[in-house]
Amino acid sequence: MNENLFTSFTSPTMMGLPIVTLIILFPSMLFPSPGRLINNRLTSIQQWLIQLTSKQMMLIHNHKGQTWTLMLMSLIMFIGSTNLLGLLPHSFTPTTQLSMNLGMAIPLWAGTVAMGLRTKTKASLAHFLPQGTPFPLIPMLVIIESISLLIQPMALAVRLTANITAGHLLIHLIGGATLALINISAITALITFIILTLLTVLEFAVALIQAYVFTLLVSLYLHDNT
Amino acid sequence: MASVVPLKEKKLMDVKLGELPSWILMRDFTPKGIAGAFQRGYYRYYNKYVNVKKGGVAGISMVLAAYVLFNYCRCYKELKHERLRKYH
Repeated sequence: MNENLFTSFTSPTMMGLPIVTLIILFPSMLFPSPGRLINNRLTSIQQWLIQLTSKQMMLIHNHKGQTWTLMLMSLIMFIGSTNLLGLLPHSFTPTTQLSMNLGMAIPLWAGTVAMGLRTKTKASLAHFLPQGTPFPLIPMLVIIESISLLIQPMALAVRLTANITAGHLLIHLIGGATLALINISAITALITFIILTLLTVLEFAVALIQAYVFTLLVSLYLHDNT
Repeated sequence: MASVVPLKEKKLMDVKLGELPSWILMRDFTPKGIAGAFQRGYYRYYNKYVNVKKGGVAGISMVLAAYVLFNYCRCYKELKHERLRKYH
C-alpha cells in the first residue's frame, strides 16, 4: 500500500525513456488555432470561453498591465487543461510536480516585481510600509512586509501542487476503500461510492478553480506593480 | 512483373503484397519526413472529425480515449500486481 499510493506521481517513463515532455505538450493538441472568421464548433467554444475569461480578468488593469494578457490567458488555459486531463484514469498530471509549479510561479512573480521596480520605483518600494503605522513599529513592519513579498512565489507554487496532489490522493484512497468494502458490507461500499462521486465533482471544480486562482494572483501582483 | 506506374508514387492500397518491403524501405525516414508523417496524420484526423460544420463530441472524446489507453499501457507494469488473482 505504501509504495502503491505514490507511484502515480513519479515522472513517467516508457521503456526507460522519459516521456514527460510529450505529456506536457499533449494539451496543446486539444486547442486548434482559429483560422477563419467562423470556425468549427470546438474552436468557437474555446474562443468564446477565452473571450469571457480575458474580459473578466484584464479589465482591472491599465494599458501597461494589459500587455500581459497573452501570458495570463495562456497560463490559465495551460493550468486548467492540464488539471482537467489529470482527472482521466491512469493519467499523469504535470502540475503535481513542485518543480514545474515553481518554474511557473517564480519567473512570473519576479517579472511583476522587476517591472514595478523599474517603472515605478518609489511607489513599488512604498508598498513595504502601509499607511498610518505608528513610528516605533516601522522597522518590524518593513521586515514583515518584505517576508510576505518573498513568500508569494513559494505560496503560489505550493498551493497549486498541494491542492492537486491532495485531490488525487483522496480519490485513490477512497476508491481503494470502496473496492475493499464491497466484500465486507455492500451498503458501506455504496456510501463510500457516493462519497467518491461527490469528490470527483469537487475535483473538477478544484481543477478549474486552481487555475483561476493562480492566474488571478499573478494578475494582482501585476496590478500592484503597474 | 513490371509495374506500369513506378513504385515511388503508388499509395499504400495500390501496392501489391510482393512489393511491400521495397515500398516501405523507400519511404522517407529522415526527421523531416517523420515530422511530415505526424503532421499529415494529425490533419487527416482533424479535418475528418473536428473541422466540420456540425462536429460532435466524438471528435475530441476519441482523442481522450486514446490518451487513457496510452497511459494505461504506460503503467501496466504497476497495475499488474493489483489484479484480483490468487497467484500474482
